[in-house]
Amino acid sequence: MSPFALMPLAALPDFSGFLRVDLNSYLYLSALLFAIGFLGVLLRKNTLVIYMCLELMLVAATVALVAFSRYNGTMDGNVFVFFILTVAAAEVAVGLAIIVALFRRRQTIQVEELNALKN
Amino acid sequence: MSALLFHLFSVFTVACALGVVFNKNAVASALCLLLSLTGIAALFVLLDAFLLAVLLVFVYAGAVVALFLFIIMLLDMQGGNRKPFTKASIIVGIAAAGLLFTGLYSFVIRGHVDSPSLADTPAVGASLRAYAEQLFTTYLLPVQIVGFLLLIAMLGVIVLSKKFENLEDIK
Repeated sequence: MSPFALMPLAALPDFSGFLRVDLNSYLYLSALLFAIGFLGVLLRKNTLVIYMCLELMLVAATVALVAFSRYNGTMDGNVFVFFILTVAAAEVAVGLAIIVALFRRRQTIQVEELNALKN
Repeated sequence: MSALLFHLFSVFTVACALGVVFNKNAVASALCLLLSLTGIAALFVLLDAFLLAVLLVFVYAGAVVALFLFIIMLLDMQGGNRKPFTKASIIVGIAAAGLLFTGLYSFVIRGHVDSPSLADTPAVGASLRAYAEQLFTTYLLPVQIVGFLLLIAMLGVIVLSKKFENLEDIK
């Protein structure tokens, strides 16, 4: 008789439900990533880091789209992510060009100093 | 095995995303973003979206993060003297974080989507053929529009990065 047979296995918490992965797990992850990105947008003062957090939010949304597409057996979510990637690439190029132009003019990219529209 | 990999990569991705937010150095933030995107690409592989995983690594990890690093290098930001937070920004920050936490909490507690079994649904996103079929039939017009959008973005970036000599200073 092995010594492990005496262990009260029923007393251990059941982790099988926790470790099971379904559509909801991907949605939770997507929401969490989106929230982290949003927190970064609110918290940070550097325009470049804010922009990185925006990208993070965009990618978090794509995770949900791909998960929906996979679990429903349809192609539309995947194709939509394809377009999102394209638009994101264009957006990053234009946004960074704007940031560089801003820096050239104002010599700063800290958001608290960029208050020309205030008052 | 797949469940274990999902948890491994999701923890990795979330940890790197937190690294993006809480790193003081912008270069370290960009590198954390790179790692986080790699984790998301691994999750795409777990979801049988192989083309999207490769595209994510190429477009985001390759081009976008490289562009970010290049701009950080170009602007050469110094940490400098930081202004302390004002009272209003602290209050608004706490309120927004609380709202965010409440939303996430209610999402985890209440929101439960009926999840179909993964074994029953075919992995349509696994083949390149499915993408080609969709992109050249149903989504032909969006493909054209996106191509035009990329052209406009390219022109916009060229105009934005051009130096205009006789432009009065807007202050």
